Amino acid sequence: MLDSIAFYFFAGVAVLSAALMVTRRNAVHSAVLLVTTLLATAGIFLQLRAEFIFITQIILYVGGIMVLFIFVIMLVRLDIALHHIRFRLQRWVALFVALALGVEITVVFLFARRLPGQGLLIQEPAPADKLPPNTEELARSLFSSYLLPFEIASVLLLVAMVGAVVMAKKRIDQ
Amino acid sequence: MTLPPGLEAILTFLQNWWVEIVCGVVIVAVVPLIAGYVVLVERKLMADMQARLGPMRVGPHGLLQPIADALKLLIKEDIIPDNADKLIFWLAPVISMVAAMTSMGAIAFGPAFQVARDINVGILFVVGVSSLGLLGIILGGWASNSHYSIIGAIRSTAQLVSYETAAGLAIVGALLLAGTLRIRAIVDAQQQLGVWFIFLTPVAFFIYLVASIAETNRAPFDLPEAESELVAGYMTEYSGFRWSLYFLGEYANMIVVGSVATTLFLGGWLRPFPNVHWLDWLDFLPPLIIAGVGVYCVYRAGKQPVEIQIWFMWAVALACFAVAVIFAAPLFVTSLKFILPGLHGAFWFLLKVSGYIYLFMWLRFTLPRYRFDQLMHLGWYILIPLAIVNVLSIGVAMILESEFGWNRWFAALLTSLFTLGIAAFLVNLYDKRTAAASSPATAAATDPYAG
Amino acid sequence: MPPAHYLFLSLALFLIGAIGVITRRNVIVVLMSIELILNAVNINLVAFSRIFGDVSGQVFALFIIADAAAEAAVGLGIIIAFFRNRETVLADEMDLLKW
Repeated sequence: MLDSIAFYFFAGVAVLSAALMVTRRNAVHSAVLLVTTLLATAGIFLQLRAEFIFITQIILYVGGIMVLFIFVIMLVRLDIALHHIRFRLQRWVALFVALALGVEITVVFLFARRLPGQGLLIQEPAPADKLPPNTEELARSLFSSYLLPFEIASVLLLVAMVGAVVMAKKRIDQ
Repeated sequence: MTLPPGLEAILTFLQNWWVEIVCGVVIVAVVPLIAGYVVLVERKLMADMQARLGPMRVGPHGLLQPIADALKLLIKEDIIPDNADKLIFWLAPVISMVAAMTSMGAIAFGPAFQVARDINVGILFVVGVSSLGLLGIILGGWASNSHYSIIGAIRSTAQLVSYETAAGLAIVGALLLAGTLRIRAIVDAQQQLGVWFIFLTPVAFFIYLVASIAETNRAPFDLPEAESELVAGYMTEYSGFRWSLYFLGEYANMIVVGSVATTLFLGGWLRPFPNVHWLDWLDFLPPLIIAGVGVYCVYRAGKQPVEIQIWFMWAVALACFAVAVIFAAPLFVTSLKFILPGLHGAFWFLLKVSGYIYLFMWLRFTLPRYRFDQLMHLGWYILIPLAIVNVLSIGVAMILESEFGWNRWFAALLTSLFTLGIAAFLVNLYDKRTAAASSPATAAATDPYAG
Repeated sequence: MPPAHYLFLSLALFLIGAIGVITRRNVIVVLMSIELILNAVNINLVAFSRIFGDVSGQVFALFIIADAAAEAAVGLGIIIAFFRNRETVLADEMDLLKW
């Protein structure tokens, strides 16, 4: 019961703030609404008992990436006239793409189970109190089976850091 | 009578979770009050270190000063700058305060007091959610639409982000020793090892101390909000109740950071030497300390100039004695012994957090402020490499102890000395760099004895 | 909760993110919509990790979060570099290669 309430609350907040985010004119408002969406997504992770991903989402995404976004929005803030021409044609393209994708995935999900013997094999999730401790499981898997991707991810972050600094540095002109 | 299923679900929920709800309400109601009294303590300490008395007029010995301040701030005019973004201007202090209060939910004041019970990622939750206050700072600075605010906000955010990394790495050092992220399990690990982690990894404690001072924008790292520098930094355009939210959020953050340091490094709710049985008489220290405070009040009561102050001191002394009796009761009455860890644990925890905050305040009144580039250099060039080397050395010490059978203290000492050597090397580099930077300027220095 | 709920939530967020990427003019908002898409995928991964009891889904979600951080940092660096040159962040004014 608590699970359902938590899920519907967080899902509603996530979808609502995401929808608002892509329609605001003010970029800082969009950023704040994205923060709300990310916090709601973290709530969904917590409801799924994935506690480490929940706290990683909050620390990295909200506390790191969104601060970076807000910094850059403040830096490139132009007081441009907000009544510029929006992409009129592109709006219909976007709606069509969204509709097509949505219908396609819904059809796949709903009809796949009707195929005899070839449905999506979805079992019931394990009850919440019998789950192994999440962080230990994640660490065990991360440092044994997925060690190589872990190291590659760290190299990736190093490369991204160096790249971002190089891109954003002011060139001292000769 | 059968209740409708919705109502029954609500009642079951309340039955299971009422303790947590009450603790949550207590946090929201009591923390601003406590933060206000921490401000009073700071003013009194500042006065004491500056050989004066501090607030004395409002209430006996200034004890009602926070109430007066709160009332004043509540009735002040609410000024919103002209072109400020109203929604975000309203939202920013709220984010700051909410982040500080939410992170208090996972802190364990004793083996039984915890709102977010046994969450698997306890200490990371506290650190992560309290870092959401950063958003409050930068949004507040931007929404104020003023130069001082934006510069203060950017400086403050840059400082917080840098020192957050150093603090996190210092925490990792202590977490390696604990082997778990759950708060109760960390203190239990310290009880099993029989020693507070500060003795096994003092370098990590020191790094966390410095980083947490920078995290909460306290002096000597308070450039973003110092009055002589930026008026009030990101808080410039906030007045009245909104400013008090920021201010109280900062002091609540201090309490959170002190609690994290106490849990990780100072043994949480354990008394000193928790496993040594011949030191069990230390269990009598809490009531003795409180009774000692009462005796001091009795001693000072005779020296008060005004009669009502004499009555007040006697009242405080009697209250202290009553509390001391409550603390001593489980020690003598065997049927009450089960509340001993909780009650005394809470006392030790609060004592340690108070000591940590006292250290903060002491440093504030003693040290001059860091310039911003010196601040950033300290964070990135010295503390972060040192924290990384510290994590490595703790790992080496643990391997030496478990695989090679070395003595734990010897391994810890050796690796700490190595880390301190690296620290000395880094500081030496910094000194050489500043000396080189300033030497061309001073090469042509005037000879003071010339002419 | 039945897995269909998580799937449809993830789908909804993905579609909103896709609409944001296609429709918005401000490149920073486009980047934010990309983050939204990555989040939708994360929800999907973690939901199925819980259903099948396999923690690999969460490990992969962790990698996606790390990757999103790297990508956001580099993307914003590029935007700052471009802004310094051309003083604009609107997508249709970034037409240096047009002839």
